[in-house]
Amino acid sequence: MKTFVGNTLSWQTADGLIELVLHRAACNEIGSETLGELERFVTALQTLQSESRVLIISSSRTEGFCAGADLRELYRESQVLPARERLAGLRDFLERIHRVMNAIDAAPLTTIAAVHGVTFGGGFELALTCDLIIADKMARFCFPELRLSLIPGFGGIPRLKRDLGNAIVRDLLLTGRSIHATKAQSVGLVSQVTAEGEALRVARATAAQLKKFDRDTVVAAKQFIKPIPHEDLRREIDIFCDLFTRPAVEAGLRKFVESTDVLPYLP
Amino acid sequence: MTTLEKTTDEVLQLASAHFNIPREGLSPDDDFFKKLGINSLQALDLLTRIEQHFHIELPDYELQGVSDFRTLAERIQSRL
Repeated sequence: MKTFVGNTLSWQTADGLIELVLHRAACNEIGSETLGELERFVTALQTLQSESRVLIISSSRTEGFCAGADLRELYRESQVLPARERLAGLRDFLERIHRVMNAIDAAPLTTIAAVHGVTFGGGFELALTCDLIIADKMARFCFPELRLSLIPGFGGIPRLKRDLGNAIVRDLLLTGRSIHATKAQSVGLVSQVTAEGEALRVARATAAQLKKFDRDTVVAAKQFIKPIPHEDLRREIDIFCDLFTRPAVEAGLRKFVESTDVLPYLP
Repeated sequence: MTTLEKTTDEVLQLASAHFNIPREGLSPDDDFFKKLGINSLQALDLLTRIEQHFHIELPDYELQGVSDFRTLAERIQSRL
């Protein structure tokens, strides 16, 4: 068994299964430290994948799978850097997180996101890199970025467009509303809905089945049916960076960070 | 009991059961954030339970400015 325990996530491998577990309080917000550990995981994956068949990504936080980008860190850093450096830093962060997401998306093994609770923004985008999403019935999915005058920046829209019809993509993006697991399953986003607290167990049971399949066939099938939308992903980074320089974004981030509202994710 | 009263009662039952507060301690005009002592994530949890119980979709933006059980029940009623 190979294991790693970091400040924001951990992983272990055994019997052909890799389990990556997010564990950063409050709800696995993705900031620079999480990104660094995800990069470390993706590097390790180059070796681990040769002796593994399935990867499961889950969260040990009761609040949910992942609440998305660490907006407080993003706002804090944007306040101390000159505009040009701020944008360069943002683009570098996006390029790095895209490399991580693309590596997981294209990994030559079957990948499962076992999600529960909040699966928002960057967390939703991480789940979308996986081949299958297995969701606890209390999971909620949302792209709230337009509420901050932004679009999703971790590859969400290109992957959602790849996987779903355009009407539901528009619904999720343009309303910013959250949908529950059953609705997500009805539109084809979620593979299986489980009872509360059962998503990881069901993911492991699914992995036990998937491990029986011939590796080369799985890889060939995955390459055929799940292309990486590289062109759209590049455009997403450009659009995100263009939008980020506008005053509306800073105002939206400030409002979120300084909010004492019980529903800070609502504008 | 009117339909709205029935819906309100079901919401109160749901909140009582999930947040372990005696049903008789909750009334339609209570501020559910204060009464249940919940944060935004727990409010989402309540929303999911409501959607599942009533077999509806209730976009979270419809809950903006809503803090009492009666108004929440009205929003639900408009989706039934």
